[in-house]
Amino acid sequence: MNPDAARPSPEALLKAAKREARGRLKIILGAAPGVGKTYEMLREGADFLRQGKDVVVGVVETHGRAETETLTAPFEVLPRKTIEHRAHKLTEFDIDAMLERRPQIALIDEFAHTNAPGSRHPKRWQDVEELRDAGIDVLTTLNIQHVESLNDVVAGFTRVRVRETVPDALLDDADIEVVDLPPDELIERLKDGKVYIPHEATRALNHFFSKANLSALRELALRRAAQTVDRQMLDHVRLGGEPGNWAAGERIVVAIGDQPGGEFLVRAAKRLADSMHAPWTALTVETPRSARLSDEARERIASALKLAGSLGATLITVSAASVIEGLRGHIAEARATAVVVGKTRRSWWFQLRHGSIVDELVRGNEGVAVHVMPLPMPSGENDKGKTTPLDARGVAIGLAMIAMTTGLGVVLQPVLGINAIDLLYLVPVVATATLFGLRASLIVSLAAALAYNFFFLPPIHTFTIGDPQNIVTFVVLTGVGIVAAQLAGRLRREANVGARTSTENAALAAFGQRLASVADEAGTAAVTCSEIASLLNVGTVLLLKKDGKPVVVGASPDNVLLGPIDFTAADWAFERNEPAGRDTATLTASDWQFHPLTTSLGVLAVFGIAANGRGEPLPADKRVLFATLLGQAALAHERLKLEGEAREIAALKQRDDLRATLVSSLGHDLKTPLTSVLAAADVLVHENPSSAAATTLKTEAQRLARLFDDLVEMTRIEAGALAIRPEPVDLTDAVTSAVHDLKSVLAAHKVKLDVPVALPLVMADPRMLHHMLINLLDNAAKFAPLDTAITLSARREPGRVMLSILDEGPGLPVGNLFNKFERGDGSDSTGGTGLGLAIVKGFADAMGLIVRATNREDESGSRFDIEWPEPMVRTVAAQADAP
Amino acid sequence: MTPAILIVDDEPAIRRLVRGALERSGYACNEAANAAEALTLARHVGCQLVLLDLGLPDRDGIELVPLLKTMDRAVLVLTARDATAEKVAALDLGADDYVTKPFDTDELLARVRVAMRHRIGASPDTKLSVGAIEIDSAAHRVTKAGTAFYLTPKEFALLFELARHAGKVLTHRHLLAAIWGEAHVNDVEYLRVTMRSLRQKVEDDPAAPALLINEPGIGYRFNIAAE
Repeated sequence: MNPDAARPSPEALLKAAKREARGRLKIILGAAPGVGKTYEMLREGADFLRQGKDVVVGVVETHGRAETETLTAPFEVLPRKTIEHRAHKLTEFDIDAMLERRPQIALIDEFAHTNAPGSRHPKRWQDVEELRDAGIDVLTTLNIQHVESLNDVVAGFTRVRVRETVPDALLDDADIEVVDLPPDELIERLKDGKVYIPHEATRALNHFFSKANLSALRELALRRAAQTVDRQMLDHVRLGGEPGNWAAGERIVVAIGDQPGGEFLVRAAKRLADSMHAPWTALTVETPRSARLSDEARERIASALKLAGSLGATLITVSAASVIEGLRGHIAEARATAVVVGKTRRSWWFQLRHGSIVDELVRGNEGVAVHVMPLPMPSGENDKGKTTPLDARGVAIGLAMIAMTTGLGVVLQPVLGINAIDLLYLVPVVATATLFGLRASLIVSLAAALAYNFFFLPPIHTFTIGDPQNIVTFVVLTGVGIVAAQLAGRLRREANVGARTSTENAALAAFGQRLASVADEAGTAAVTCSEIASLLNVGTVLLLKKDGKPVVVGASPDNVLLGPIDFTAADWAFERNEPAGRDTATLTASDWQFHPLTTSLGVLAVFGIAANGRGEPLPADKRVLFATLLGQAALAHERLKLEGEAREIAALKQRDDLRATLVSSLGHDLKTPLTSVLAAADVLVHENPSSAAATTLKTEAQRLARLFDDLVEMTRIEAGALAIRPEPVDLTDAVTSAVHDLKSVLAAHKVKLDVPVALPLVMADPRMLHHMLINLLDNAAKFAPLDTAITLSARREPGRVMLSILDEGPGLPVGNLFNKFERGDGSDSTGGTGLGLAIVKGFADAMGLIVRATNREDESGSRFDIEWPEPMVRTVAAQADAP
Repeated sequence: MTPAILIVDDEPAIRRLVRGALERSGYACNEAANAAEALTLARHVGCQLVLLDLGLPDRDGIELVPLLKTMDRAVLVLTARDATAEKVAALDLGADDYVTKPFDTDELLARVRVAMRHRIGASPDTKLSVGAIEIDSAAHRVTKAGTAFYLTPKEFALLFELARHAGKVLTHRHLLAAIWGEAHVNDVEYLRVTMRSLRQKVEDDPAAPALLINEPGIGYRFNIAAE
């Protein structure tokens, strides 16, 4: 047992701490009415009273029995509360009075009682819980049939079902005392009328009080009490870390290992647990070896545990250096009384080398019943542990070779002498061992030794051996046979494995190559299906998900038809990323077994296989190969997908580049002629200063240039391609620059500047702010009548700096004009002003400024505000003038 | 007579129109359609000012700026309106001014005038007289229309630096480096604050500056075009 196991567990300490603070509960448990629970409760209460404790009776059902009533005499009895219900007057335990009175100990009869409607709690045990929460110890009584988990059991044999039940957890937490009365005595008391039975229930209860029933109830009560004691003992052991075998009830542990047959063990344990009414635990031990378990072994453990869980076992995994250590540790800690383990029919040789868990378990755990279930031989060890069967043909050939060697020896003996003859016999022995295996070689070497002895060793023609040297010859012959057979056997096995892996590797390599040579969905699907079909001799199908539905994109043979159930299974494999269909856990009615092609990008496709003809689609020895092939197919699909995405990104980037090129070439190609037009207009104006046409040409060309700038900027805003370079800006600068650049447009208006010099600097991208102001001024000039004033006014307000452009035009139609220019909302509907204002809004949003378009309060025109919130206002820095 | 101005632009129409406007104003002009031609003409035929379009077919116009400056030619850059970084780069490389395309011919002519004059008047003197402003840097004395007024050292340095390059756009970086030192080239705030207090002393109407002119996002110029 590891040292940590003896430390109190935190859960146990927590539970104990909780118990200390609350009032304690003691339950006087009885098998049936009439055994004397109330009597016992009062008697114990009287004991406490004598000890000087403050004991109050909350409720006692005396059923009018004088015997009981005299017992209540020494106690203070709380008056009951009267509850009116449908014209009935019911009396109930008065919980408020008890909480008020607050004794050390309260006696409360009939724990399972259901309170009258209108009471605080529907059940009396809830009253008791509240009392305990208030720190009051409670003594109460309970019949076994009212325990929730036993309700069914009791109803089963008594045919009396009670509705008043108490949760089992309350019992686990309580001290329990069983009032035990042998059935005969109880029946006696019943006959004497000492048991209170409601009149109307008499007939039903006659059956209830049969001796058989009472015996069963008594057993249940005793066992339940023992179980609670047991659990508390367990807590106690955990708390104190005091080891030792305290088991009172049965507790079963089933050890699940990686060998096949785990589910068989689980069922056996379940049967055992049922027969003993005992709780049971399915245990797995994680050892260093666990990390190296094959997937199949893990699968086996998982499915056995799953079964155990579904059959009601507690599932526990412990870590330990070895299986036996983990098992022992858990047995001691959980106070198990019985262990179910499996034993594989292995050879004595295997056991000698690896030891036996069963033996160690039996040796190390006195007092624990060890149930050993025989398990089938692990299939994986077949070719390793088992010798090859006797090859009769090999023996025959070997014996023939012995005969020939003997003949040859007889002929050659005069020439060679008998010492060389024994070497001759090695030939058939080694040959047989190499070609036909150990058993054949053993027989042949025996025959060789006998023949050598009979025909050549003196005395000749007898089996007697005279010379000890010849005994050595005999032994050596046999030994050589065995060693040669072993070596040859190993070589053959390795050659087999090698041959298999090399064919598989070749197949895999070919598969990989063919996959690499295709670059589209259909090609990949076709290669995957046909290659795997021919390698594994199965029917194959590959499905991709299109528009949320699995669609067949490749199959072998080509004419595969999938039914609705098959598609459902394929979809399952897609969605759950687990195999579905035949021989899996899901939708086994399908003829196909579907496997998801899982990649780092998720499940990209589902691959289905079906047996050609009937039978299992995939023999066990092909599963690894299949998994590898699937992995390759998954990789191929991942590659396809990544390539597709890369192409898309490239296309997208190209489009973006195109757009950027378009914008910048617009910038150049359109501006160049515009520059010429403007310059030409200048020439015209210069030459004909009085020509209205020339002037119009010039101003319109300028407007076109501005409109054109707007277009470029709008494209940038929509593409999210604004490069913002904010810096502290003096609004005086911003305003004067804008007015300067727009002076030809503003010539017909009176521009008033009202920007206080003491205004703080504000953060803005100067170019964008300039553009905003140009657009707003242009807008004002367009709508305000000639010779009216356009005012640019800036001021510091609490929490912000405001810059307003006020005109004396007709004002704005309705509301906040800028709301119409949220991104994506076309500006076509608003005519010519749309684009310019949309850019104002777009730039403001990009820089974190607020813009508003309203009518002036006095209705004298429109007003456009640009607001810098406080974080974007820079109060003047003193260090600017530091030397 | 050596042509005064070399017009470098790949658009014949623009070259022709600009040339017309300049010649009407009395400048002798020469034209180049690409960078190679421009360099050859600037080097061998000579000129005082190069009107340089930055979008040239054979070479980035920006690269010509330092080359032309080593030949002691004034450079006036023609560039797109939204190319702030390009303008700043050209100015930092020594260009004297910029004009945004499409330009107003009057504006262009005004800038050309200033650039030509500035080139002639560029001097490292300690005494400067620009318009109504007279500055004696040795005596730390500034007068405007004969009235002397006090400037803080930073204000004085800023005014002197701008006046020394009167008419030329000086970038934020240039001014910050010259007055506050290289460590402060990004502290535009210092410049704004000092400029504001300077304007209050120098400008007739500080709220509508006419002397110290802001070029949004680029820098300041001492305005002599108004004369």
